[in-house]
Amino acid sequence: MKDLGFILASWLATLGSIGVLAALTIRRARELSRQVPDDAKPWV
Amino acid sequence: MNVALSIARKDLQIEWRTRMLLARVVPFALLVMVLFAVALDSEPLVLRAAAGLVWLAMLFSTMLVVQRAFDIETADAAIDTLLACAVHPARVFFGKALALFVQLFALVVVLVTAAIVLYGVTVSGSRVVLLVTVVISATSGLALVGTLYGAVVANMNGRDSLLPLLALPVLAPLLIGASRATEAAFGSQTIDMANGWAWVGLLGVYGIVFGAAGSAAFSPLTESDS
Amino acid sequence: MSIYTATAAVPGAAARTGTRTTRVIGVLALVTTAFVVVSAFFLTPADSVQGDSVRIMYAHVPTAWVAYLAFITTAVASGFSLARRHRTLGFDRVAGASGEVGVLFMAMTLLTGSLWGRLTWGTFWQWDPRLTTTLFLFITYVGYLAVRRIDTDPRQRARRSAVIALLAVLEIPLVHFSVVLWRSLHQEASVLSPDGDVRLDDLMLFTLFAGVAAFTLIFAWLVIHRQRLTALADIRQTVGLDAAIALRRSETSGVVK
Repeated sequence: MKDLGFILASWLATLGSIGVLAALTIRRARELSRQVPDDAKPWV
Repeated sequence: MNVALSIARKDLQIEWRTRMLLARVVPFALLVMVLFAVALDSEPLVLRAAAGLVWLAMLFSTMLVVQRAFDIETADAAIDTLLACAVHPARVFFGKALALFVQLFALVVVLVTAAIVLYGVTVSGSRVVLLVTVVISATSGLALVGTLYGAVVANMNGRDSLLPLLALPVLAPLLIGASRATEAAFGSQTIDMANGWAWVGLLGVYGIVFGAAGSAAFSPLTESDS
Repeated sequence: MSIYTATAAVPGAAARTGTRTTRVIGVLALVTTAFVVVSAFFLTPADSVQGDSVRIMYAHVPTAWVAYLAFITTAVASGFSLARRHRTLGFDRVAGASGEVGVLFMAMTLLTGSLWGRLTWGTFWQWDPRLTTTLFLFITYVGYLAVRRIDTDPRQRARRSAVIALLAVLEIPLVHFSVVLWRSLHQEASVLSPDGDVRLDDLMLFTLFAGVAAFTLIFAWLVIHRQRLTALADIRQTVGLDAAIALRRSETSGVVK
């Protein structure tokens, strides 16, 4: 495949940054969820 | 509209007493123009870039003037008192924009003169009409956007760095329009008079959009919960 | 951050920000994304004009689509946050979460676009109306997020960021019409892009749409979770404050005894 480096870089950056944001979101959610009782969470 | 006029007069009186424009903004804007010339270091290049440089210097200076215009309101919560007197927020908006327009207009006259003196720009004949129209329409746009975004960041921590970050991208179309039209008025080879007038049209639409947006947005912006 | 903020775990706090709906969205997003990656790299052919660089497009176009979707969502939520005064903060959280995700996706649009441009045009960047206005759009939302981070009265911040969001969304039509307005080169260049005249074979088109679907699902997942995250932070602050007041009360009554 021609220009594989550019294509891989595009995909890695896109999926990588989304992945990092998702991971950070989950981690922070885990942290904060422990500190708020379930009956205060509107979605439960 | 009388209310708007008296608010404008109040702002201009404060400005006249403190002479912030004369003492700081005009020297700053002139300094920017000189620094541009030093950075480019080439007479033909400076002459070609003259129109854009005038408006860039205007954009930066507008940030300073706007900051000042809202600091006088938020100090001592003056604007709350104003709004407590049942003054319609849209009138406050137009009043402040008018005062800003007057100050910026004075500034742009100085800067265009500086472009003629320092950069060797020439304006003559029918080009003067175009120049005056551009200056008025672009300065109105600057005043309207400046007032709107000044209210957005008023009283906030870090407003001095937030204002340029928020307002400059929004002012980009104005910068392009004003620069191209002024270039035509300065007698550039790359852009003719008809094209210059077309850009003035864009500036007009821009001003109307932000005039409407500002008068609608001023109510939620100045509202306070306390 | 309030000094009353609780940091210790509280009893009866097992549930996180996920629900059945978000889990379904998450699984669907993973499956579609996996398909798009496989298809973009292995199943679809190279384009007759762009060659293999078209494989970047399967990431570029969906990120651009999601960025616009996110900014429009932010504007709509901001409008509601101004109009529905008793629910200002709820809508404000959605607007903020959507704005964050939009900025990330727009950054990726610009990045993948410039890598694609390097391959196709030979330059990373062209000062062309659509690119320039897109860049200004991106910076505008970076500014929006900066205002959201300011530590001030949440209701006032909500109103002001809502105004910024409603003004910023006006730039989207500007991005679109800039090409017509400035009559530039990008129009010719976009013939090379999938929305131009190039005939795409069915699988290429399907992959592109699958990409849009996949990234939209990711967007939904991220916004729901991040919106709940800020809700948690807000609730924690109130809960912490209540606890602190209760503590003070018991102290005072102790003195009286």
